[in-house]
Amino acid sequence: MHSLSRKNVQVKIKELKTDIASIKDLELSFGRLISETWTEQMGPTPFPNVLDLREWDHQILQRYKPLYLPHSDVCDLCTMGKCDLTAGKKGACGIDVPTQQSRLALLTAVIGAACHTAHARHMLEHVIEKYGPRFPLDIGGLNIEVEAPITRLVCGIRPKTLSDFEEVLDYLENQLTHLTAALHTGQEASNIDFESKALHAGMLDHVSLEVGDIAQIATFGFPKADADAPLVEIGGGVVEAQKPLVLCIGHNVATAVEIVDYLKANNLFGQVEVAGLCCTAHDVARYNPNTKIIGPISWQLRFIRSGAPDVIVIDEQCVRVDSFEEAQKINAPVIVTLDKISLNLPNRTKDSPNEIVSDLVDKKIPGALILEPSKAGEVAVRTALRVAPKRQKFKNIPDMAEVIERAKKCTVCQECRRACPQDLVIPEAMKTAGEGNVNPLANLYDDCIGCGRCEHVCPVGILPHTFIVKTAEAQVKQEKYKIQAGRGAIQDTEIRNVGSPIVLGEIPGVVAFVGCSNYPKGRLDVAEMVTEFANRRFIVVTSGCAAMSSAMHKNEEGQTVYEAFSKNFEAGGVVNVGSCVANSHIAGAAIKIASIFAKRNIRANYEEIADYILNRVGAVGVAWGAYAQKAFSIGSGCWRLGVPVVVGPHGTKYYRMLLGRKENEEDWYVYDARTGDRVFVGPAPEHLFFAAETKEEAMVIIAKLCMRPNDTTKGRAIKLTNYIDLHKRLYGVLPDDIHMFVRTLADVPITMKEEVIRFLDDKKWVEGRIPDPTLLPRMIRKRKEGA
Amino acid sequence: MATAEAWQRAEIGGPTKAFVIPKPDVLAAMVKRAKRPILVAGHRVVEPSEGEPYIESIIRISKAASMPVVATAHIVGEFVKRGFQPAAWMPAVDIVARLRDPSWMGLDGKGHYDLVIFAGIPYYMEWLLLSGLKHFATHLKTVALDRFYQPQASWSFSNVSLKDWNAYLETIANQLEVK
Repeated sequence: MHSLSRKNVQVKIKELKTDIASIKDLELSFGRLISETWTEQMGPTPFPNVLDLREWDHQILQRYKPLYLPHSDVCDLCTMGKCDLTAGKKGACGIDVPTQQSRLALLTAVIGAACHTAHARHMLEHVIEKYGPRFPLDIGGLNIEVEAPITRLVCGIRPKTLSDFEEVLDYLENQLTHLTAALHTGQEASNIDFESKALHAGMLDHVSLEVGDIAQIATFGFPKADADAPLVEIGGGVVEAQKPLVLCIGHNVATAVEIVDYLKANNLFGQVEVAGLCCTAHDVARYNPNTKIIGPISWQLRFIRSGAPDVIVIDEQCVRVDSFEEAQKINAPVIVTLDKISLNLPNRTKDSPNEIVSDLVDKKIPGALILEPSKAGEVAVRTALRVAPKRQKFKNIPDMAEVIERAKKCTVCQECRRACPQDLVIPEAMKTAGEGNVNPLANLYDDCIGCGRCEHVCPVGILPHTFIVKTAEAQVKQEKYKIQAGRGAIQDTEIRNVGSPIVLGEIPGVVAFVGCSNYPKGRLDVAEMVTEFANRRFIVVTSGCAAMSSAMHKNEEGQTVYEAFSKNFEAGGVVNVGSCVANSHIAGAAIKIASIFAKRNIRANYEEIADYILNRVGAVGVAWGAYAQKAFSIGSGCWRLGVPVVVGPHGTKYYRMLLGRKENEEDWYVYDARTGDRVFVGPAPEHLFFAAETKEEAMVIIAKLCMRPNDTTKGRAIKLTNYIDLHKRLYGVLPDDIHMFVRTLADVPITMKEEVIRFLDDKKWVEGRIPDPTLLPRMIRKRKEGA
Repeated sequence: MATAEAWQRAEIGGPTKAFVIPKPDVLAAMVKRAKRPILVAGHRVVEPSEGEPYIESIIRISKAASMPVVATAHIVGEFVKRGFQPAAWMPAVDIVARLRDPSWMGLDGKGHYDLVIFAGIPYYMEWLLLSGLKHFATHLKTVALDRFYQPQASWSFSNVSLKDWNAYLETIANQLEVK
């Protein structure tokens, strides 16, 4: 069998004469012929264009309506503005505030998706150059047959080698250009269609994540769907201070891999510490578990100022813009390695390592742009070895006596607090520090997200963030934890084992803690939530900064969640898939449930699979500290795929929620695929994008959002048990909406029967039924007569 | 302390900003004049950033004005423990989604509200919730009861000290208790 790819080839024949015929002006157009052994039938939407899944989008947006929370009342994107859009006013181009807000949602999603696509493009080019285009995409051996579920679902191809991803990235880049064009003034005028485009961007984002991670797993030999991926050290106190330290910051591991390779090739590994911040840390730990993870993005400022790094290597994404400035304050050279961040540093890519190292060590240049990863790796190591003795871990943090002395100048003017995104009560703590008691200041450490905004506003030059870190120094040094290295994909066998209990509801849900570290009350909330849901026998998955924060807490036995719980993708397991790009394996697992367990065709069959997941797979994403555009685009991909996402209170700053209205009965009907009947199934799941005010509220809503119309009575009873139990414990009362989730009396949890039945009686509950749920009329197998 | 400036410096308001409530008596009078007022109470009424919990003041004000309370986040039990039954409890984004809908008939099915008072929701989150109502619920007047200026409300106190603000709450409750 052969199929046509999207790369067209045109053949023109002006005149051809043979014995039997003559042809004039023949023009043929066809795609690249590829060998095709994938027999799965091609679905309706291979490589979908911007509008191809619009109907699905409109359907879910009808149920989950956008709630806009504008952060700006004006539009200032063109020179006709600023335009005041307050409360129904229109701008000079005719735009109103819902359209503007949805436009910003698309902009946010496009930025995130472009980031991941550019990352994937760079990674693919790099590994093709290094390993060749025909390098096979093995990400789990015999344990993984459905190796690229998102690519299969969206593009309709089954990639086997690195080069197969090239046309996938061509497609993503093409679509992102069209989406970006729609943002221009005088283009899209419907907020719902802007939202549909944002969902499209999210879907593209998921594809790019998968391309980026599969390319690096296959070539770098990361753990391949390995539940026994090794434990890695994490925390501010894990590096050995006497050794030279190369600190890698960002999300693109190419140079960090070369650093490890250079160290090993020169028998230096172990003599030089390699540590990372943010997702490069995850990925270099997947490459070599003896490297170390410092922590999430919020550790950047404090760790650089600690003076520990001797050389700082920057790649891309989520790197503090002032990291170079901070590095200079501790006399640490900086090496930048990609076009995204070049910091006005000289491009030394073509120079010899000897020259570059000398110039860095002799401070002729404060840093260098080196676009060749192997050269950057060599320069980083050799520079670290030579500057470390000179630097002697020069810090940019004052000693305690100076902290107390400078704190005495505090006038309690409140400016630091008014700059703090957490509204931390810094002034009173600073005043107390000036009186010699630094404990209140140290106590702010856990809640501080390390942004440093407080330090730019103090009229007397106090540095609150720095002082907080100094006063909590003992705690920082004790930050020594264990995290499982990112294991990559979920095995097909694991999906076979849990597919049925997930779809039937007997495993109460899959909860993925993902995203950044802009937490409302510190990182401990995440570890607490992970522990709660693992104890309740949910499947817990982690990635990115949330995976790190989950590790940075020990239970009474001194274990982190990665030591205390099973590492398998099973009830009660806690599974770290890896960095941000490894989020693809979480979405991929949901798709694989449809493919492996339910035997649904996934090839270019997005709408059907999204409908399946929305109605049957009780999965919820939790980005408790989401801050980034990338987090939004990942979320956007989840929404289109039918996976609800919960964010923390700072997540309201994405300015748009997607909320259901549980009391609007008409919104909660599905088709019964067996009969074509429209059946009321209740608000399951109630929301697609939801910001919780507190972790307690988040835990309750997570449990609730795991309910799906397809749950069996046994499954629904288990899910209701968790929802009701959490609600009673954390809220102190019974939920007020139980009747909406009980379809038959068999759904009622046995252990709560008496009080729930009493509640149902009060609400005049009426028994319903459990359909074979779908939102798609075309999925109805047997229509009723006359229908 | 500056007045009528956003408490979090960067959270500046737009062309239309909240009127400053000059003194607590004015707010008490507004509540008395309202036909269908409602109070939305967030978790910081029991877990404030500083000072003492003020849930008791919220209960007192609600009772004095016969004003229903919606408890957001996880604090409904705190009200119940104190012998007070909120009219409803739901997440903050959920109550705002309903308030912005002009066809919503309220918690009791008797009609929409005309005055919404917010208290105890984290400043930045409340800012955005109030913004959503400013733009999409022009049928409502909104009030920020906390001690920091909320530019996206219809009415807000300026940034006032904890001591002054506690006195404000006392005055409001006293005024409302005078029939």
